Amino acid sequence: MTKSLPWFLRDFLWLGLFVAVLVGLAYGLEAIPIAGIAYYNRILVIMGINITLAVSLNIINGHAGQFSLGHAGFMAVGAYCSSYLTVYHFAPSLEKMSGGVPFSAHIAIGHSFIAIGFGALATQQFVMQNVYLVIAVVAGGLLAAAAGYLVGLPSLRLRGDYLAIVTLGFGEIIRVLILNIDKIGAARGFSGIPHWSNFFWVFLVCGLTIVISWRLVQSSGGRAFLAVREDQIAAEAMGVDTTRYKVRAFVIGSFFAGVAGGLYAHYMMYLNPQMFTFVKSFEVVAMVVLGGLGSISGSVVAAVILTFLPEGLRSVKDYMPGGRDPRMVIYSIMLIVLMLTRPQGLLGRLELWQVFGRKKKRNEGAAPPIQ
Amino acid sequence: MVNGNALLDARDVTIRFGGLTAVSHFNLAVGPHELVGLIGPNGAGKTTVFNMLTGVYKPTEGEIFVGGVSTHEFKPYQITALGVARTFQNIRLFKELSVLDNVKIGGHIHYQYSSLSAVLKTKRFHDAEEVAEIEALKLLQIFGLEERAGTYAKNLPYGDQRRLEIARALSARPKLLLLDEPAAGLNDRETRDLMQTIHGIRDKFKIAILVIEHNMELVMGICERIIVLSFGKTIAQGTPAEVRANPVVIEAYLGEPAEAAGV
Repeated sequence: MTKSLPWFLRDFLWLGLFVAVLVGLAYGLEAIPIAGIAYYNRILVIMGINITLAVSLNIINGHAGQFSLGHAGFMAVGAYCSSYLTVYHFAPSLEKMSGGVPFSAHIAIGHSFIAIGFGALATQQFVMQNVYLVIAVVAGGLLAAAAGYLVGLPSLRLRGDYLAIVTLGFGEIIRVLILNIDKIGAARGFSGIPHWSNFFWVFLVCGLTIVISWRLVQSSGGRAFLAVREDQIAAEAMGVDTTRYKVRAFVIGSFFAGVAGGLYAHYMMYLNPQMFTFVKSFEVVAMVVLGGLGSISGSVVAAVILTFLPEGLRSVKDYMPGGRDPRMVIYSIMLIVLMLTRPQGLLGRLELWQVFGRKKKRNEGAAPPIQ
Repeated sequence: MVNGNALLDARDVTIRFGGLTAVSHFNLAVGPHELVGLIGPNGAGKTTVFNMLTGVYKPTEGEIFVGGVSTHEFKPYQITALGVARTFQNIRLFKELSVLDNVKIGGHIHYQYSSLSAVLKTKRFHDAEEVAEIEALKLLQIFGLEERAGTYAKNLPYGDQRRLEIARALSARPKLLLLDEPAAGLNDRETRDLMQTIHGIRDKFKIAILVIEHNMELVMGICERIIVLSFGKTIAQGTPAEVRANPVVIEAYLGEPAEAAGV
């Protein structure tokens, strides 16, 4: 039924539905009368950001096969760039709009969607705040994409481990650079970022990232990514400009990492270079590898697991003698066990529905798998 | 020979790797619709010639023209766009992709659209993908692989992998197809099938084919012209009958006359 509609209308309808569901969820989740609901909401938002990061890294590592360890760097570029814009340009101009009333007074109203029903000024502010957020976050994404372009360039010559080392180095360079720019807080950290990001924006971006990455990999350009991953020489012989597609993968992947970084900054309201060390990069790589390199739904599932696992393990401490926290030990043992039992990741290269589809086929006795 | 309207024209091509001259003063002109064989003992430089023709290596001296265009500054993918597609001696399929996707990637240059239309799923995207699918299935049908369209390439039997590689190369719609030892590892029956296939695709797609092969039955059976390389030098060329009778070839390549008689 949806197929007969022109593409823009069909996508528009889906987007509208998605937005409606998200708005509903954003309200609904906040209104659940459970003690500590804010805590769970916070984990959910972080999960959304992690999913965005994992899916975007999957474009580079999983689809194009370029092993990048610099994702925290791209995220940092997006986070700091967008925060710089809001703190120094957008927030002051919003304050001016309110006629000298301290900005913080409006945050509480502006943050919530109920503000639409408020007075003209509040409505206007609410709209402007979100417009500013989108501009800042997209600008952060674009700067991260530019950084991705720069890092993508050496990948024309480097493969495998060497590329991984270059990207790792890039991430550290970004961090050290930030440490030395006083205007964005340097080692003190960057504080005073307005709390503009929320459940709605994080999951809107998360959903868009998943859909875009899925549609890309289904296209001719996406097949070119896969060809580069599978066999670079054969891809080139088949007319694929491998250089261009590698750089493109880096640019697209780092754009979404930058956007995720921007949303993260505007949710946490504080940035510190220590948030973006290579440990963060490894965390994202762990999600992609655990889910199965090249599987979008695998990245999503793994990001969900790896966000909730450390949180869920918090209570283990209570049962330990001496109150020691074995959280990270259990976390790493689980990772090791998973990698030993399923080295190809949870889903391998398949998507969730393909995994189930396969089982069905096997049950019917059709198409026996040949290995 | 056909210099005027040659599809491929390699002029005095030499390549050196350090002190080693792998191929020296190689000349080759292939006209449209020709079926040419390139033979020679192991290490004669046949695959090196292929790699130069497809831009993987740059010749140290000499120049290669494809359809009258010098390919000296071209990268492999640009040469493919000029209408030269190849297969590989040691099969290089996209192993973890489906048979269908392998063929679709072969046609990459013909189904391009912006990433934006892919993301928005515009009409352009649907149209291009539909054509890609139809064309790929058509090719698979020719090679009897349409039943296996959804299988991973790595799960195909060896002979089918060889055929899939040819199908993938054809999907780039080349004017000249380079086959690097297509019969390697095939049994006699498969080789005879392959001979028919090569002949068939030449006529069906109206393309020229240049084939490297060790299997004399295949080369002598289908090629109209044969070039013999030995230690990087062209030692003979001509029709299969001429080459077979050439004492230099017999000495350098076939070793003993008794073996030649066995052909």
